[in-house]
Amino acid sequence: MKIQKRTFALLFYFVVLIVPIYWMLNMSLRSNADIMSSFSLYPSNITFENYIKVFTDPTWYSGYINAMIYVSLNTVMSLAFALPAAYAFSRFKFLGDGQMFFWLLTNRMAPPAVFLLPYFQLYSTVNLIDTHIAVALAHCLFNVPLAVWILEGFMSGIPKEIDETAFIDGYSFPRFFFTLFIPLIRAGVGVTAFFCFMFSWVELLFARTLTVTEAKPIVATMTRTISATGLDWGLLAANGILTIVPGALVIWFVRNHLAKGFALGRV
Amino acid sequence: MGLKIQNVSKVVGGETHLRQIDLVFETGSRNVLLGRTLSGKTSLLRIMAGLDRPTSGKIIIDGQDMTGVSVRKRSVAMVYQQFINYPSLSVYNNIASPLKIGGMPKKELDRRVRETAEMLHLEGMLDRIPAELSGGQQQRTAIARALVKEAQLLLLDEPLVNLDYKLREELRVDLQEIFRKRSAIVVYTTTEPSEALMLGGNVVVLDEGRVLQTGATAMVYQRPETLRAAEVFSDPPINALDSAVTHGGAVMGDNIPVPLTGHLGRLADGAYRFAFRSNHLWLSSQEDGDIAITGKVELAEINGSETFIYVHHGKSAFVVQQEGVHPFSMGNEITVFINPKHLFVYDTAGQLVAAPQATGPSNRRE
Repeated sequence: MKIQKRTFALLFYFVVLIVPIYWMLNMSLRSNADIMSSFSLYPSNITFENYIKVFTDPTWYSGYINAMIYVSLNTVMSLAFALPAAYAFSRFKFLGDGQMFFWLLTNRMAPPAVFLLPYFQLYSTVNLIDTHIAVALAHCLFNVPLAVWILEGFMSGIPKEIDETAFIDGYSFPRFFFTLFIPLIRAGVGVTAFFCFMFSWVELLFARTLTVTEAKPIVATMTRTISATGLDWGLLAANGILTIVPGALVIWFVRNHLAKGFALGRV
Repeated sequence: MGLKIQNVSKVVGGETHLRQIDLVFETGSRNVLLGRTLSGKTSLLRIMAGLDRPTSGKIIIDGQDMTGVSVRKRSVAMVYQQFINYPSLSVYNNIASPLKIGGMPKKELDRRVRETAEMLHLEGMLDRIPAELSGGQQQRTAIARALVKEAQLLLLDEPLVNLDYKLREELRVDLQEIFRKRSAIVVYTTTEPSEALMLGGNVVVLDEGRVLQTGATAMVYQRPETLRAAEVFSDPPINALDSAVTHGGAVMGDNIPVPLTGHLGRLADGAYRFAFRSNHLWLSSQEDGDIAITGKVELAEINGSETFIYVHHGKSAFVVQQEGVHPFSMGNEITVFINPKHLFVYDTAGQLVAAPQATGPSNRRE
């Protein structure tokens, strides 16, 4: 009896979670007129015109491309900064190391909106507004500290003696770091990349403020279109579904690493 | 030629780990650093390897000052107490790693790796990764990697401590064989006197960051110059009882008369500490001239096939080591026997005054 109860509870939980997404899928497969005229639990006249529009109209699909570009840039940049930083924090004792580590985390304590005005001013001064690199850089503000934090946990799990053995064997530092050390913390790098991807992908505030048209991501396009074309329910729903896809794919790929990361207690 | 440690001290965060160490290791010698935990063995080893810098002092290798030289530029190999291998590389690549970095031709490298692997009985596991090996095999891999590059300086930091008894015995025998063939300076640290004796060579007795005594291992065992050195070089620690010599007679502990014969014959009157190793104590009289010590059993501890009996005698206490399993109940009176020819004599400051005659076979159980 107990197992049935549990199954029932999980099923209920799952339904509650999936209802909004199902509703979006439902809407995305109907035309606007259909959505407005009748209430239906499932699409009776399935149409793919919303999806076709997204994939053929550059104002829509370029949003995905822009977002992909700055998200990948940001992930690469965050890792490039965080790997050496995390190594230093995990291996060396230096003046103020503890304070510095904490300071990194405090960067995540202020709401992003606080930084909005100075960022906008600064980026326009150096002519970076409406470029992919601008958004990628801005997202480093909260991705680098997180990446350092996660990677430091993974690196500290590797005994320091392995480093020393490599140096005794004659490895140069870069060779040791890339051929021996990184493979050891592969799971950590995967988890970190996932988090950087996720935060950057869902972030709206910086992405919208720092872009105009050339680098405008899909999330910004969606919010701006509401007023521009009236309420195009079906099209927005189709975009919503498509925006979920990359995140879901990434989660699918790193799910095993993620479990390991949680087990290590740093994620 | 060889390695010279000149006046080396190491202070970490206000705590002194090493105090003015002066040592010389000859090329081709086998050396044991013997000391309890926290005696500074590992600190000294790390300084010799070049992993740490001494706070003061110099490391001179073959006449050249190498104190500040990076570990990458030294000819050194090290085996740690923990099993340290590259987890992502196969056993073969683990062993080959120092040679690959050195840019050795493939054929020569392959030959050397297989030769070393065979020496350490790893032939069948070359394709596995370290995580798939047992503890003993992992440590063998680490030792193989240290041996394969034929460094001038081979450092082993308690390499057998984390292995079970049987494996330890096995590897110990193998290691002796391997060290004998090396032309390198081998430095091996251990806490166990028996391991030091087995490896032979020279011994450096360390205590609280200081060198207590150096010399040939058997010699130091037979003549520990201070009571502290004798304690470090005996397991269980050597026993000592306050004693006094007056008018040609000696009294040890609470009224145990000791005849002043043999090496005790030339003792001047005064206060001494008579010391004896636990394995020279017997539960029955073994030969003429044995003296009896009575005491109360405090605790009897069975360790493997041996029994350690902790005995209270007046204000002092000592430990008896007996072959076999002997159940004793606490608080019982016990009489043990020792022959005066096994007594070490120290003055009240702990300096050796007289040591038993060194007769090879008399060290029955080491």
